[in-house]
Amino acid sequence: MGKVWLVIKREYLSRVQKKSFLLATLLTPLIFPAIMGIFLWIALDESQGSALRIIEVVDENNMFFIESSEQYAFSYSDTDLEEGKNLVRSGERFGFLYIPKIELSNPKGIIYYGDRNPSMSFISHLESNLKRRIEEQRLFESGIDPEVIAAYRTRISIQSITLDNSGEEKFSDATVNYAIGFFTGILIYIFIFVYGNQIMHGVIEEKSSRIVEILVSSIKPFQLMMGKIIGIGAVGLTQFLIWIVLISSISILVMGYFGMQMPQQQAMELANPELLNSINETPELFNILKVIKEINFVKIALTFIFYFIGGYLLYGAFFAAIGAAVDAPSEAQQFMLPITIPLLIAYMGLFVFVLNDPSSNVSFWLSVVPFTSPIAMMGRASYGIPFWDLALSMSLLIFGFLFSTWIAGKIYRIGILVHGTKVNYKTLWKWIKTE
Amino acid sequence: MEILKITGLNKAFGRNHALTDIDLSVPKGAVYGLLGPNGAGKTTLIRIINQIIDADSGSIFFKNELLEPKHISKIGYLPEERGLYKKMKVWDQLIYFARLKGLSASDATKKVDFWLDKMNINSWKEKRIDDLSKGMAQKVQFISAVIHEPEFLILDEPFSGFDPVNAEIIKNEILELQMKGITLMLSTHRMESVELLCDHVAMINRSNKILDGKLSDIKQQFRPHEYKVKLKPFSGELPSEWNIEEHAESVSFSIKLNGTPVNKVLTDLMSFGEIVSFTERIPSIEELFIQQVKHESHG
Repeated sequence: MGKVWLVIKREYLSRVQKKSFLLATLLTPLIFPAIMGIFLWIALDESQGSALRIIEVVDENNMFFIESSEQYAFSYSDTDLEEGKNLVRSGERFGFLYIPKIELSNPKGIIYYGDRNPSMSFISHLESNLKRRIEEQRLFESGIDPEVIAAYRTRISIQSITLDNSGEEKFSDATVNYAIGFFTGILIYIFIFVYGNQIMHGVIEEKSSRIVEILVSSIKPFQLMMGKIIGIGAVGLTQFLIWIVLISSISILVMGYFGMQMPQQQAMELANPELLNSINETPELFNILKVIKEINFVKIALTFIFYFIGGYLLYGAFFAAIGAAVDAPSEAQQFMLPITIPLLIAYMGLFVFVLNDPSSNVSFWLSVVPFTSPIAMMGRASYGIPFWDLALSMSLLIFGFLFSTWIAGKIYRIGILVHGTKVNYKTLWKWIKTE
Repeated sequence: MEILKITGLNKAFGRNHALTDIDLSVPKGAVYGLLGPNGAGKTTLIRIINQIIDADSGSIFFKNELLEPKHISKIGYLPEERGLYKKMKVWDQLIYFARLKGLSASDATKKVDFWLDKMNINSWKEKRIDDLSKGMAQKVQFISAVIHEPEFLILDEPFSGFDPVNAEIIKNEILELQMKGITLMLSTHRMESVELLCDHVAMINRSNKILDGKLSDIKQQFRPHEYKVKLKPFSGELPSEWNIEEHAESVSFSIKLNGTPVNKVLTDLMSFGEIVSFTERIPSIEELFIQQVKHESHG
């Protein structure tokens, strides 16, 4: 055990002390807030700084009215088609909307002229305005008062509450749960690939430089392999811990800065949830905050750490075995498929099945089979997982990890000493069978 | 007393026999040469002694005890292909290897310091391996093999890749280690270094041991009973079957005894001229080796 500890220490320190580790660790968390900041800045800049866009509207029916917004103003006139086009060409108007005489039951021939491609949101804004007006007009013509229709227009939002065995009721919100599952699942996926590759390259380095000959004359190959996997895993955990601290503090700073520029009332609401409780005017935001308060973050964090480590260990062993089987990183490609395929299935499954319907059969199997569970289970984590599902999935992951290290150990033990021979799956199978 | 004794060792990889019924015995304090062409099974044998791989059958005794993991700290190993972590500092690397061999942290520090001083490379200790020249790195590698003061040191092709100056340094270190009573095993296919350093040898060819023992005994056993003669001939004719090489005032040739006593041959020779020198030709280890390998493949 003492020697495994030496290996872990070397693998850990030799990576953590590198300048590249420091750079990657400090710069990566800056990227997300930086991107966020840039978008916010552009958005703010656009809505504040840009000139009002005036759109000429010719309506031969004399019935449409489109509300102006902060960005767009609509001017109504009876200029003819050619003149309107010229206004756009000369740059006097941003756009020109031409509405010919239309049949209400079959409105056709409405054209928008602009000097550039209009945005999707702008066109749909126009469309919905015109549509609503036409619908109102038609209802009116069939004798229904628009006032009545307005009175019947209802806003609805479903409050979902999760019941658990203990009789507690919890607010839940699919959006928040989706976000948590999405983020943690991807994190585990990336972690397995990035640090798995480090294991593989570390093994190849030791093998190709024959350091391994000296090492295995003093330590068992299996101990060496485990030391390496654990050491590199610790590097990854360290990096993530630093990131979490950095990202959250930087994000708070960035949000704080832009928060100042938000309308006063909104900022106050965000800053003061009690006020929010009493106002209750923005039910959606209120719900999200309430749900975030209700989520058992400790449980999610523990689940995350378990699947994070479990998935890494399970796949880490395979990465080590591949490293041991080849002489150079370029040869490793041929053995990557058995690792890539289940990870991709887990990743796709997370998006296609688990996040959309966490309690479906497919989601169950994806989150129970150890090769996909580390990623897929995170999609279910924030929805609250039945105890037996979690227990089954966790114990299977532990067995999966024991199994994968056992197989990998057999390949590793022989592979690290074999040089210059072409290794294929048949050879690997032979090594696994070797006593 | 023998430090290492191997009996009936077999190892096969699939259908390939790497070692067949190998018996060896290495006396304590010897410089033992393990000879054989590439692919003969030398590396496999060394790996088994180092407990990197297991033999299929047979047993190995280290100081009369069955070889087991606790003996690792008594054995040193310098592999043929030198391996060091390129990005690691000399100091950290040596400490790591010393600790893996079972030295305590404080012992490791002392030993590394001692060897860095001894090899005159203390100024490099903060350097990374990829900043060192090949020769420098090999010195570090040599230290890593002897850092834990093994009683038995295995050197696989110890001189390959060294420039003459560094090879000399390593050779002197080897002799110094031997003086301290450390047993050395040199695996090599370069026979001239064996001739210089080894007192015992074993030859391995195609997984079989074909010869072993004290180097002087082997040479004695396989001497061709051939003498090199140099003489200033008298005026008479010399026998034509002598393959004569003429010099300014003398001639030289080889003569085989073919069962005739040496003194008889010598007296016979005296009648042909004044004898300048008469020496027995001792075969080089290389010659012996080639002869044995050929003999094997014919028999």
